[in-house]
Amino acid sequence: MTQLASAAALKSVMANYFSALGQAARDRSAPVAWCTSVGPAELLRALGFQVFFPENHAAMLGASRRANHVMPRAHALGYSQDICSYLTSDIGAFRAGETPLATYGLTEVPKADVLVFNTNQCRDVRDWFEWYGRRWGVPVVGVRSPRYVDEVREADVDGVTVQLEALVAPLEQVAGRRLDPTALSEAVRLSRRLSDLWGACLDTATHRPAPLTFFDGTVHMGPAVVLRGAPEACDYYEVLLEELESRAGARHAAIPGEAFRVFWDGMPIWGRLRALGSLFEEFHTAVVASTYCNSWVFAALDPAEPFRSMARASLELFIVRSEEPKERYLERMARFYQVDGLIFHDCRTCPNNSNTRYGMPQRLGDRLGLPTLVLDGDVNDLRCFSDEQARTNVEGFVELLADRGATARGSR
Amino acid sequence: MSYFAGVDVGSWNTKAAVIDEQARVLGTAVVRSGADLAAAARSALDLAVGAADLSSSRIAATWSTGFGRGSVPFAGGSRTELDCHARGVAHYVPGPSTVVDLGGQDAKVIRIGPDGRRLAHRMNRKCAAGTGSFLEEIALRLDTPIGQLDELAQTATEALELGSFCTVFAGTEMLSLIRAGKRPGDLAQAAYRSLIKRVIEMDVLQGTVVATGGVFGHHPTMVRLLEQQLGRAVVVPPHPQEMGAFGAALAARDGAASVEVVAGPGSDGDDAAL
Repeated sequence: MTQLASAAALKSVMANYFSALGQAARDRSAPVAWCTSVGPAELLRALGFQVFFPENHAAMLGASRRANHVMPRAHALGYSQDICSYLTSDIGAFRAGETPLATYGLTEVPKADVLVFNTNQCRDVRDWFEWYGRRWGVPVVGVRSPRYVDEVREADVDGVTVQLEALVAPLEQVAGRRLDPTALSEAVRLSRRLSDLWGACLDTATHRPAPLTFFDGTVHMGPAVVLRGAPEACDYYEVLLEELESRAGARHAAIPGEAFRVFWDGMPIWGRLRALGSLFEEFHTAVVASTYCNSWVFAALDPAEPFRSMARASLELFIVRSEEPKERYLERMARFYQVDGLIFHDCRTCPNNSNTRYGMPQRLGDRLGLPTLVLDGDVNDLRCFSDEQARTNVEGFVELLADRGATARGSR
Repeated sequence: MSYFAGVDVGSWNTKAAVIDEQARVLGTAVVRSGADLAAAARSALDLAVGAADLSSSRIAATWSTGFGRGSVPFAGGSRTELDCHARGVAHYVPGPSTVVDLGGQDAKVIRIGPDGRRLAHRMNRKCAAGTGSFLEEIALRLDTPIGQLDELAQTATEALELGSFCTVFAGTEMLSLIRAGKRPGDLAQAAYRSLIKRVIEMDVLQGTVVATGGVFGHHPTMVRLLEQQLGRAVVVPPHPQEMGAFGAALAARDGAASVEVVAGPGSDGDDAAL
């Protein structure tokens, strides 16, 4: 993966974030809220919560390849192998008394005073939070979102806005303070600024050669996930953006000798991130963009209309949408990043973020005239992933791209 | 006259083919892959060269393919088995076509365009259902050597169905049918039919359907069942089991560029490289 100088700043931002969380949980200096990755983080920040994102924690379990060791403990409680392996990794790790946060000096996950979900991504996040809610006897509140949204209608935005507003009273009770509307506007403003900066970082991959890849993005997106509404995240992405723009200007390639550009749809395969990154690099193929990293770009956020814009942002999100807007989005992305092909990860335990099961790769491939590849795997459960098959699949796909390139050159 | 060779190191068997400049197959060989893939590759190549009545020094270039393609030290280049099966089939069958390749470890469906170029591929999931391993399991259940399974299936009189997707569940379903007094020949054919169903759901089989791989090569009843399922003829090219090796020999002859490999950053920790 690309060695970016900003990595040191990233490490520092993340360390400070986890350190503050750990301290709040230890000395009760601030209330702790758990929040789903695209839940109402701005509202929680405005109320003074330290905010923990269990999906980020589960991804760390996957990346450190501890997930498969701990998942059986969740399966034993009746949480199936077929449901979200983030959920089973995280609950399994809790039962095993394990956490990768030890790297940041935390001996355990910070205990929640409240857990706040948004089911815009899936039902699993609510089931996940309710397990902890029952265990700790703390409230679990959230937004029951419309899903499979075609065009985002005002009625849908109204419905989510009302639900977000209804969270204020129970959250004020846990936080022990009233919501300051100015603080909420400021959190939304910072979140929007963060989103714009992160989006600009990802957009630098439109350059040829691309200065960063999807694999770099999955690492550098940390603050965009966990520090929405916090000023330090904006500071970090200003540093990262400057570096990426400078690399793009100097034609500094993330993948030396970039020959092919592909798009990644679906979840990362955390336990094989580095190996897959190296594999694509072997074949001079830059995975320049992804639906995953772009999911933390919230263009709708507006400090003048905090609740309504948060509602709209949560509904415009790729994962919440029906096939047609998803396909339109992927078409735009394929053209914007000028890719030679698209890779779809069929994530075994994440049907909501697998776009392979209703014919989309075939339809998009035909419409765009681009080759598509479906890779079977999973976000955390490596029992669902075969190294050998992945290698042959990827290498065969790159051979195909190379042959197409040779044909195109020959016909010129 | 120059000669070229291809070696296909598969999960069960390693195949080799020797061709001349006109792509005529002069010799082939199949050996067990075993644990020493380089030795299996060498052995298969030596046997194929011998069958071609040539000496090794006459081979201008040898390319490798198959899951063990990286374990052939004497190969001048390599291509995936996806490429080599497509390349080999395109030599015999004009496109558009769809190759159905059934091997011991995986199943592949490869689409080829009218110009003979590969368009897309699909491989089975990480699961033995739909692969040769499934037939090995079924042969064990029926207490029949795998080499005699086809003969047994040809005696079928009743069209039984196995409903399960899973090799283990299909095995237990088989036990239920045995207890119900069903005939072994009918059960063998039911296993074939189950495998065919798994394959045809992998992709749309467009154009001429071509069957390759050792499973089709050794189980002709499966070809007949696939034809019945599709309602049209299925082409079995010469040397279906050695088709990957033949494709690799064609790649060697044509000097098809390997997907170039550069020194990547490699693994710096416990995340094994793929």
